[in-house]
Amino acid sequence: MAENKPITKNVDWVVVLIYIACLGIGWVNIFAAVYNPEVHTSMFDLSNNAGKQLMWIGTAALLVVCILVIDYKFYETFSFIIYAIIILLLIMVLFAGSNINGSRSWIKIGAFSLQPAEFSKLAVSLAISKYLSDPAISLSRKLKDYYPILGIIALPAFLILLSNETGSMLVFASFAIVLYREGMPGFIPAIGMVMAALLIITLLFVKWYIAAAIIVIAGLVIWLMPVMTRRRGGLWATIIVAFVMIGIVFGVDFFMNNVLQKHQRGRIMVLLDPDSDPRGIGWNVIQSKIAIGSGGFLGKGFLQGTQTKFDFVPEQSTDFIFCTVGEEHGFAGTAVVVILFISLISRLVILAERQRSRFARVYGYCVAGIIFFHFMVNVGMTIGLMPVIGIPLPFFSYGGSSLWSFSILLFIFLKIDAQRPFTLSRG
Amino acid sequence: MLENRRFVIIGFIALVGLMYLLRLFYLQVLDESYSIESSSNSIKRVIEIPFRGQIYDRTGKLIVYNTPVYDLLVTPYKARVDDTLRFCQVLGIERHDFDSLMAAASAYSRVKPSLFLRQLSKEDFASIQDVMVDYSGFEFAKSSLRTYTAPTLANTLGYVSEITKSQLEKQEETYYRQSDYIGQSGVEKIYENELRGKRGTKFVMQNVAGVYKGPWKNGELDTMAVAGENLYSGIDLEVQQYADSLMVNKVGSVVAIEPKTGRIIAIVSAPTYDPNILASRYFSKNFAALARNPYKPLFNRPVMASYRPGSTFKLIQALIGLQEGVITPGSGFTHANCPMHCHNHPATGTVALGVMHSCNPYFYNVFRRIIYKNNIKNTFRASAVGLDNWHDRISKFGIGQRLGIDLPSEYKGNLPNKKYYDRFYGEYRWKFSNIYSLSIGEGELLITPLKMANVAAIIANRGYFYTPHVIHGIGDKKSVNPDYLIRHDTGVESHNFDPVIEGMVGAVEGGTARRSRVEGITIAGKTGTSQNKRGDDSSIFIAFAPVDDPKIAIAVFVEYAGAGGSAAAPIANLVVEKFLARKITNKALEERMLKADFMSKVILPGVKKPATADSTKKKPVTPAKPVVNKPVAINN
Ligand SMILES: [Zn+2]
Repeated sequence: MAENKPITKNVDWVVVLIYIACLGIGWVNIFAAVYNPEVHTSMFDLSNNAGKQLMWIGTAALLVVCILVIDYKFYETFSFIIYAIIILLLIMVLFAGSNINGSRSWIKIGAFSLQPAEFSKLAVSLAISKYLSDPAISLSRKLKDYYPILGIIALPAFLILLSNETGSMLVFASFAIVLYREGMPGFIPAIGMVMAALLIITLLFVKWYIAAAIIVIAGLVIWLMPVMTRRRGGLWATIIVAFVMIGIVFGVDFFMNNVLQKHQRGRIMVLLDPDSDPRGIGWNVIQSKIAIGSGGFLGKGFLQGTQTKFDFVPEQSTDFIFCTVGEEHGFAGTAVVVILFISLISRLVILAERQRSRFARVYGYCVAGIIFFHFMVNVGMTIGLMPVIGIPLPFFSYGGSSLWSFSILLFIFLKIDAQRPFTLSRG
Repeated sequence: MLENRRFVIIGFIALVGLMYLLRLFYLQVLDESYSIESSSNSIKRVIEIPFRGQIYDRTGKLIVYNTPVYDLLVTPYKARVDDTLRFCQVLGIERHDFDSLMAAASAYSRVKPSLFLRQLSKEDFASIQDVMVDYSGFEFAKSSLRTYTAPTLANTLGYVSEITKSQLEKQEETYYRQSDYIGQSGVEKIYENELRGKRGTKFVMQNVAGVYKGPWKNGELDTMAVAGENLYSGIDLEVQQYADSLMVNKVGSVVAIEPKTGRIIAIVSAPTYDPNILASRYFSKNFAALARNPYKPLFNRPVMASYRPGSTFKLIQALIGLQEGVITPGSGFTHANCPMHCHNHPATGTVALGVMHSCNPYFYNVFRRIIYKNNIKNTFRASAVGLDNWHDRISKFGIGQRLGIDLPSEYKGNLPNKKYYDRFYGEYRWKFSNIYSLSIGEGELLITPLKMANVAAIIANRGYFYTPHVIHGIGDKKSVNPDYLIRHDTGVESHNFDPVIEGMVGAVEGGTARRSRVEGITIAGKTGTSQNKRGDDSSIFIAFAPVDDPKIAIAVFVEYAGAGGSAAAPIANLVVEKFLARKITNKALEERMLKADFMSKVILPGVKKPATADSTKKKPVTPAKPVVNKPVAINN
């Protein structure tokens, strides 16, 4: 049986230090984002986001201590129960939730609001890990083993969609990473990426050119193909794949031009070309690029930003917090943040790989995948490489729900990891 | 094997990280366009608001256009006013106005521009402009005011005002910002998307003092403002204003439609007000006064007020009876065995005579036949079936439903069916004897003046109508809303209209409306009296002319004016003559109608004694001193 005493000795300090660094940098930047040069603003004033965030950080620390104290087996044992509770909360919020910014997904506790959708990532991670901890399940051979996973993801995804939080729903795509690690054939994520690439290309170029390019490439592939492969069906496979791709191109084109309304089409186009609508959604992208771009190499200095003040950048302390980093601390600052995230995620992958139980490994990958997806989409959005999807930057963005959920998510894994020396291999 | 996938995964993560670093390096270090020399410079977005579209009448005369005006904005933390006295003098405001305006602006935001004074005229602007250079923190923004050529059509055109907080929150696409203008009622509201045009956006650089430093990125991202689309209406401004003048000191409506197209020629909601008073700096004050007025000038009576159609409804009863085959043009009925009263008139041996003399028992019998169809074995069941059949036929005349005119808040009225009476009496617990008052347009029927004008158009067209509409052309191409090109058939055959029209001509020539006939024009019309429990009945008249080639169909409603022949018929016939002949022959009648005052008969809720005519007349409020509008921030 595991002994819980040397928890501080076994917990992975690299991750903890990166976590603390992120919280610190994040908080300073939230303060900079809400700072008003005309009015004296205090960092500790509970009426502004910086003061509130400090409170959230304090409570998150308490949560972390609780997580580290609770027996590590608790999480595996109660995985499905935690999942069920979160699902119940998601259903409840649909009927009894408070409406904030057009999305009915908040539970109000006094002056503070919590969003159950943020915690659904944790629930799904635990449930998937628990399910995959059964060694008989194989993602590389049996199709039917996927069904429960799809169910685990689809149920909260549907509920979140009902409460109008599309951003939180898209985060479930991050589970592709863990499924890939656990044996999902590589061609599935590959097809996903090819589809996404085709979609974007179709929106940017004339469809006939794309069709011609696909035919040329298919011709080259067939020509370069070893004769044996060609005879064993490679020829027809290539031709079919090429036709399917052309079909997708024309399908997307038809859908865009004939099914979607004009304004819906505009909303999609602006993701690819923000200049096409400089006063609508494109405005956010242009402004965040200006803010980041105007930072230069070293930035304008702490509290010296101008673009992130005066509401040039919307939602500066939440989804667009990265802009403040970029403007006030320049490339030096943004590079530090990017490197912090890449180090954290890589470290999590390494930790996950050294787990002896499959539950722990899968869960570790879930955590790494979720943080990676948030990082990729949020930062990508501010620098114009990703569509504008409102999801927070983990540990940086203002907001109690997201800080709590990421802290819980991360420290459950650290707790399980800390117990590794005492657990026996099971999978 | 699967362990090795970690390398793919870490590789992918590192690749994304590297891509982002390169992109950031490019944005922040290599691309010069974002890093303006001085770190304190900023890029500002300037919104250019286009002119709203103009509205024309059927002869090409302008009804609504725009006058450029200037708003004065203040950014409190930049504002420096050393000699407040002179400043106030220049702007023509009082010291305490200045203080409260500054306080309100500071309360909104110290760093964002707030509205200080709105809608200064071109002349005011010219005189102030030079002086204002001495005061920092103030800037002008160009804007425009809706201006109306004639003081008419107030409720039809509607008004434009600052967007409300709830409208801001409810908008689907985020288009409007605080302090933006939006069409709030009438045509301005319905055609808001066409009229508003497309805002332009300019990105400019300015230094820390807010001084313009040139376009950003050479204006590559700037978009030009595009003026709103012009609207073309079927309104005849001359006829409209003539109808307005006839409706002075009266409460009611005039609606005239071109039957062949459904275009509205004139639409009066009386009492009315000058639309210019809601397009001025004094909007809030004037609007409050209109809202308080007990005669409800903001209530758009032609589409929102409901009345019982009274005898005008007999026309429809006759048409349904003929179409159902329960009567023939030669059917006659006497006053015998009828619970309804009538007046003294010659025998009504044909449909035409029944219509001409507006005989109540005649239509009691027609309606009875429509309901029972000679099947009186089970009167309860026969009534249920008969009424629903009748309801479906009448619905085709647009009664009991919204016609779909391009004006907001159209009231659908009421056309009872079986379900309706079941709720009162229970299923199969009522029969013809409970509902016969419907036969003469009383009972539970409710219609709007617009619907009755449409009925006149249907009869003029002998069986069909086009949805009445104010605007028939949008933009330079004068494109038409396709809904207004759909011909709606009523299912009553053309030949069945002959006896009814014959009766309507008779009513004007020698029947209930004979006193207002027009020399040289054959008008077909029908009077009606809508019972009013509170006071004198409402006078109703519907008509169309000329009979052989109808060019105008009209409905006139005058509240508290008594029988249809007394006020509604003369007003309708004068308007018809004005439209068709452009002159008035019966000057005495015109004089009498211009002077007639039925407003003093109006009994207001809560008021015992009828108010005098003087206090009821519209009075645009013109305050002596400039009204200080509450500052509103502009998001730049
Ligand atoms: Zn009679």
